[in-house]
Formats: sequence, C-alpha cells, structure tokens
Amino acid sequence: MNEILSGLLQAGQMILTLDPDLIEISLRSLQVTLSAVFVASLIGLPLGCWLAVRRFRFRRIVIAMLNALMGLPPVVVGLIVYILLSRSGPFGVFGLLFTPTAMIIAQVVILTPLIASISHQAIRDLWAEYHDLLISLNTTRRQRILTLLWDGRRALLTASLAGFGRGIGEVGAIMIVGGNIDHATRVLTTAISLETGKGNFALALALGFVLIGLAVAVNLVIHMLSRTEVSGRW
Amino acid sequence: MVGSILPLQVENAVVRRRGKVLLGPVNTQVATEGLSIVMGPNGAGKTTLLRMLHGMERLARGGRLTWQVPEPQARAAQAFVFQAPIMMRRSALDNVAYPLIVHGVARAQARARAAEWLARVGLSDSADKRATVLSGGERQKMALARALIRDPQILFLDEPCANLDGQATREFEEILRGAHAGGTRIVMSTHDVGQARRLAEDIWFIHHGCILETTPADQFFENPKSKEARAFLKGDIVE
Ligand SMILES: Nc1ncnc2c1ncn2[C@@H]1O[C@H](COP(=O)(O)OP(=O)(O)OP(=O)(O)O)[C@@H](O)[C@H]1O
Ligand SMILES: [Mg+2]
Repeated sequence: MNEILSGLLQAGQMILTLDPDLIEISLRSLQVTLSAVFVASLIGLPLGCWLAVRRFRFRRIVIAMLNALMGLPPVVVGLIVYILLSRSGPFGVFGLLFTPTAMIIAQVVILTPLIASISHQAIRDLWAEYHDLLISLNTTRRQRILTLLWDGRRALLTASLAGFGRGIGEVGAIMIVGGNIDHATRVLTTAISLETGKGNFALALALGFVLIGLAVAVNLVIHMLSRTEVSGRW
Repeated sequence: MVGSILPLQVENAVVRRRGKVLLGPVNTQVATEGLSIVMGPNGAGKTTLLRMLHGMERLARGGRLTWQVPEPQARAAQAFVFQAPIMMRRSALDNVAYPLIVHGVARAQARARAAEWLARVGLSDSADKRATVLSGGERQKMALARALIRDPQILFLDEPCANLDGQATREFEEILRGAHAGGTRIVMSTHDVGQARRLAEDIWFIHHGCILETTPADQFFENPKSKEARAFLKGDIVE
C-alpha cells in the first residue's frame, strides 16, 4: 500500500519537475506507438474495408486468419522480427535492430490485424446498410470503399484508438527488438519492467501512472478533435 | 444525353433463391411512358419484381432484360426508392448530392443542385440536418429527391408510402406527379388501393411470383381480369 502511495507521489514529483529522463522515454513511447498506429491504420483500415465489400473465394479464411493474428503473442512477433532484422537475417543490411524503427515495425505487425479486424466488423455493418443504395447507384468498388471509409470514420477512429491502447502498453516485442537501451530505445513499458526487476517499485509505479495518464490523454485529445471537426454535422 | 432506354423487353425472367422460384417467369414489356402500379398480396414478389427490373437480382439462365441502349447506359438512367429509405450518415444535403458526386459532378455544383431539389420537396430547412434524424416522411421525400436528382428516365419505387400518414403521402404523391409530368416513367408498388386509384395509369397484378394481369387502371378497379385480383380488391384472402 505504501509503495502505491509513494509511487503516486514520485510520479507527481517527476512530472512537476519535468524530469528529463521521464520526458525522453515518454516521448519515445508516444513516437513509437503513434508511428506504428499510423502505419497500421494506413494498411488495416482499407484492408478491413476491402474485406467487407469484396466477395471472393477465400474471404472467410482470410477473415478467420486475421482474427487469429489478432491474438498473436507479442513476444513471438518480436522474436520473428528480431530474426529478420538481425545481422544474418534477410534485412540485416539495414542495421535496424535495436533502433526505434525496429520497434515500430514489430508494433505494426501486432497492430495491423487488430485494426483491420475491428474496422472490418464496423464496415461490414455499414455496408449491409448501404449495400442496396450503392449498388443501385452503380458505384465503382473504389467509390464504395471510399464512401464507407468516410461515413464510417468514427468507428474507424475507434479501431485506431484500440490499436493505440494495445501498442502503448505493449512490452514483449519492443523489449526484444529494441533491447531497452538507455537514451536509445527505452520506452515507458520497458523501463517499468527494468525498474521492477531492480526492485525500484516506487519508480516503476510512477512510470506506470504516467503511462496510464498518457493513454487516457491521447484518447481524450483525439475524441475532442474528432468532435470539433464533425460537430454540427455529426 | 442518352437516347431513350425504354421500352424494356423482359423475356423469361426468373429469380431463384436456394432453388426456390421467387419470381417468374416474367414476360412483359415496360412501355416508354406511363405510371404503373404493382399490386399483390404480401410475399407475392413485388419487391423482387422491381429489383429484378432494376438489374439488382440475378436472373436464372435463359432470362433476359433488353433495354434500348447498352446495359451501362441503361443502368445510369434508372433510379430506385427503397421501402426503408437508406440514410447515409451525412447531412440531408450531402445525401441528395451523393449520386451526382459519384458520377463526376463537381462538389459545389452537386451541392447547389441538391439544395434546389431539397427545396422542391420542401426540405430546405433540413438541408444541414443529419439524415438519420429526419422523420419518416422527410426521409422518403429526401430519398425521392436523391432518386430524381440525376433525372432518371425510369424510377422504381417499392412501397414508398408504407409508413407515411395521409398528409405526408399526399405531399409525396405530388412530387411524384411532378416527375411523371416531366416525362419520368414510373413503376411503383403499393398496398394502398386508394393510392393506386389516385396515381395509376395501369396496374400490374402479381401473385405467387407471376404477373397475372397488366390492366389499365380504371378497368382494373371496375372489372379485374383475374379472379385473384377480384378477391384481392374485395379484401378477401387471396389463395
Ligand atoms: N433473400 C431471400 N431469400 C429467400 N427468400 C426470399 C428472399 N427475399 C424474398 N424472399 C421470398 O420471396 C417472396 C417474394 O418476396 P417479395 O419481397 O418480393 O414480396 P413482396 O410482394 O414485396 O411482399 P411485401 O408485400 O410483404 O413487401 C417471398 O415469399 C419471400 O419470402
Ligand atoms: Mg415488398
């Protein structure tokens, strides 16, 4: 109980004094996860939409696979990305291992199926609603997808936010491919894991509270932005 | 401007779902002009017939729809108003402008024309409202404006007034009459005998998926050819 209280106090203190280490790893956490969410959304949102609109023979299997990939253990993803990026691996020449880029790549792999799957479900419902109208109006497949992406943008935002939530709290994959190197690849979750291991519970807890605060703040900001953008219309 | 897509020749059109025949065989001609009302008991196949004519149902082998112009042009000159109007999650104005925008009209111009159409159907005040908050009557009027905005040669309507009260129905019919006077061919289904009497030039009576008769309206209500239609008009249960 004491530890939680002193953790809270320490968190408050570190934030108020703008602790440089804390700022650095928080910003890196944000940078890695926001980049990964951005790339994963760029792939996952249209993919989910396309799967909802397009009828093809292996559609069900692809969707089942997507749902299975959603449950990929991050540690395994990290391991595979590690092997691919390591010096002897196929992408070794780029020297990406133990850089934030490697962490972003691993998170993109984890987040894309999640974002694609959630957006697929949302768009599928919207498509069922719009189907007859869009067919009757002779829209092209491209127009259908763009229309569904636009009209479903709130649900898609939710999908991306779910991705953010998963990414910001993820530790297994980025620990492996990033290596938790101080001033290079250390982020909030890996720092928490490290400090806990060292027995610095108060510091670990402080970092944990910052992490939670960050996740909540990003969600709030995005919701507020989307509301001002669409208020009056939506 | 495309030439007239009508008359439409329908030969041996059959619609099947899971081996069951829902409609047909239908052999008929849809003439260039007129306002036809499709009547028949629940489940007779009115919706299926309208969708089939509009090209939204797959025909069983051997069936054919022949328009006077190639298929893509014929599709572009048709519009459909569904029984439950589909409200896109946009403003009423953007809903009405949508068919123009997907067919290449510049956004500003499409919006201006949509605003004109909303005025014509008496919805100017609702232009900026979300379509999903419109009342039932407003929805149908908006759907009608959206269907008419591309000036279709033929307009299909599937029980568009099923959920409207008398006042809203009158207003809807007024707009429809305007479109008809402007040369739009209209094919519409309804359960409302009063509405059929007010609007129809001819009646297509359909039962168990088959068109039993196509009869000029006054003659149909005086003296229908089929005994099923006679029973239907008397309010009996049609076997
Ligand atoms: N998707 C479907 N799968 C199977 N059967 C269907 C399907 N759609 C319609 N049917 C059947 O086809 C028949 C004709 O349906 P349709 O909707 O055309 O009738 P309707 O005359 O429009 O009826 P209503 O007056 O109730 O609107 C009905 O028996 C219905 O059960
Ligand atoms: Mg029907």
